[in-house]
Amino acid sequence: MQHYLLIPFLPFAAFLINILFGRMLLKEKAHWVSILAVAVSWVVSVMTLLDVISGKTLNQDVYTWILSGNFRVSVGFLIDQLTAVMLIVVTTCSMLIHIYSVGYMHGDSGYYRFFSYLSLFTFCMLMLVMANNFLQLYFGWEGVGLCSYFLIGYYFDKKSASDAGKKAFIVNRFGDFGFGIGIFVIFLTFGTVYYEPVFSQAAGFATKSINFLGYDLHLMTVIALLLFCGSIGKSAQMPLHVWLPDAMEGPTPVSALIHAATMVTAGVFLVARCNAIFSLSELALTIVALTGAITSLFAASIGLVQNDIKRIIAYSTISQLGYMFLACGVGGYTAGVFHLYTHAFFKALLFLCAGSVMHAMAGELNLHKMGGLKKYMPVTYITMLLASLSIAGIPGFAGFFSKDEILWLAYSSTNPVGKFVWLIGTLVAFLTAFYSFRLIFLTFHGSFRGTHEQEHHLHESPKTMTVPLMLLCIGAIASGWIGISNLIGELVGIEHLNWFTGFMQPVLGHPEGHGTHAEEWGVMLISIMAGVSGIGLAYYLYIKRPELPDKIMAQFSTAHRVLFNKYYVDELYDLLIIRPALWTAKNVLIGVGDVRIIEAIVNGVPASIGGFSKQLRRLQTGLLQHYATIMAMGLFVIGAFMLLRNW
Amino acid sequence: MVPLNWYLILSAAVFSIGIFGFLTRRNIIIMFMSIELMLNAVNISLVAFSHYLQDLRGHVLVFFIITVAAAEASIGLAIIIALFRNKNTVHVDEMNEMKG
Repeated sequence: MQHYLLIPFLPFAAFLINILFGRMLLKEKAHWVSILAVAVSWVVSVMTLLDVISGKTLNQDVYTWILSGNFRVSVGFLIDQLTAVMLIVVTTCSMLIHIYSVGYMHGDSGYYRFFSYLSLFTFCMLMLVMANNFLQLYFGWEGVGLCSYFLIGYYFDKKSASDAGKKAFIVNRFGDFGFGIGIFVIFLTFGTVYYEPVFSQAAGFATKSINFLGYDLHLMTVIALLLFCGSIGKSAQMPLHVWLPDAMEGPTPVSALIHAATMVTAGVFLVARCNAIFSLSELALTIVALTGAITSLFAASIGLVQNDIKRIIAYSTISQLGYMFLACGVGGYTAGVFHLYTHAFFKALLFLCAGSVMHAMAGELNLHKMGGLKKYMPVTYITMLLASLSIAGIPGFAGFFSKDEILWLAYSSTNPVGKFVWLIGTLVAFLTAFYSFRLIFLTFHGSFRGTHEQEHHLHESPKTMTVPLMLLCIGAIASGWIGISNLIGELVGIEHLNWFTGFMQPVLGHPEGHGTHAEEWGVMLISIMAGVSGIGLAYYLYIKRPELPDKIMAQFSTAHRVLFNKYYVDELYDLLIIRPALWTAKNVLIGVGDVRIIEAIVNGVPASIGGFSKQLRRLQTGLLQHYATIMAMGLFVIGAFMLLRNW
Repeated sequence: MVPLNWYLILSAAVFSIGIFGFLTRRNIIIMFMSIELMLNAVNISLVAFSHYLQDLRGHVLVFFIITVAAAEASIGLAIIIALFRNKNTVHVDEMNEMKG
């Protein structure tokens, strides 16, 4: 257990080595340092998980970070069931994606830079999940945001990439502002920012309220919603989802690691970690559930019509994150974290497959320029197909178990919006299956639609890329098997088959569901049917009758245009926020503040001094007699004064 | 015995002549001589007080001052010569480069 310090600090050491020596010394070998570090981290994480399974948890401060009055914060580590699962998710995905990047980034001029950022990201993410206080969580939170910015703008000479990096960073500022205030309120309320005292005392504050601008607000609701603000930004929920699709400008391994598997799930992790606070506020939970449900439907509907292969998967990520929040909102924190864990594998796999396709297509992203790739890249095809089956919720695959549990918890929840979000969730399951298989069919089936040159270039990716795909594929299929529903367990005669829920119970509690077995089977059947019919519809539209989609598009051209333009949210923000902000900056801040006030002071003071000295200068004639006369007059005045004083 | 007042009146008269000369003349040599006059006026009053108070330290101080004044006069004259070589004049109205 004591080796746990290696987990975050090895990647940090790798970052330092790469950033300092990468350019001059390591060059093409930069990946060795990073991969070695993350691999050792992974081994230690697995050991830590085994320790936690055997019942050992740990909450330890290793270094006093800030000490001021009664405010004390340490660099401290909390290793419990939730942390252990997150450690496995982060280090496994990170390791496989590091290896994949060796092939993907081969020959790139910023090779060492890429790996040093990946290592820094891994360090920050691990600090985030291992923290035992809110401030260290915040450190990790901002750290991953920074790395996200670096890596989205990795191709910084491309305008769209650097813009996307800025967009991600600025949009996240909105959420983090709320998160920061949330931490302040926690400190004001509890007098500490450590998890343990905060969560154990939270119940005592359940009925307290806080006065804000004359309104009495329920304290726990305020804290929960402020924390959720941070989650909305980081996990790209509505209305702050706009940055994630643009973040696809970064290299594909980055999309897979940061913008699908790990960083964006930090918001879900935060909600799950703070379940003691969220559970005290019915209102906050309802808002979490509704935000998640609406976002998942919203993003899934946009994903239906996009043509950019990475953007479809990005919208799929937003939609699945919404699913996780939906689960947390109805009280199923375990189900949310379970979906986080299975999603990490199949979504990372989807992205890496997309990267593999891009690699073969020389950077082409448009679905309509692809087709028939399955005979050229069999490994990519099979792994991506399995990942899509997983996300579509086909029984046996990881996604099925987590999605089914979420839907059942939503259905059986006591929350008044439970049935409503279940309905949306089922609809989203159908849409998810549809767009995932639209992607598969358009990319890998049919005939090739690109240029002759591209067709000639098509090839399967190198081993360093396909091996991680295959390993992740195992995760995409099997990672769900630790959380198979107890219902199925009863059918085959194994009690407590759902090991995951039992494992998480000390941290996340046990979700309460009210429903009969028949209802549970019903919910499961409906979710399977939603997935299968989504796939079936995609098959019908894109394989059987490929001319139909265009007709439908023409029929519903307005709806298609709205969806294709992502509900015009970007345009709306441009109109409501960006333009007024720029106008204010230009006309008020620069026009009045800068020119009229600051520059007026800065230039006015020296100008008045200069004017005064210009007048004073006229005394200095350079004529000796003038000076002497003045001196003599001075002497006369002093003499007269001395004489008259005593008179 | 000459009373102290007379010495002081002499000293004041010499000093005033020095000031008048310094302020009214434009020839730098004359002005320089006026300065020496003022200096010596001060010397006169100093030695007069010394005599009046029967204290020899004043006499000694005056000798020192005269010695230093000799050195100062030689430096002053050297500067004036250097000025003259540069400007071909000893008229102070022409020496106004230092004005602001």
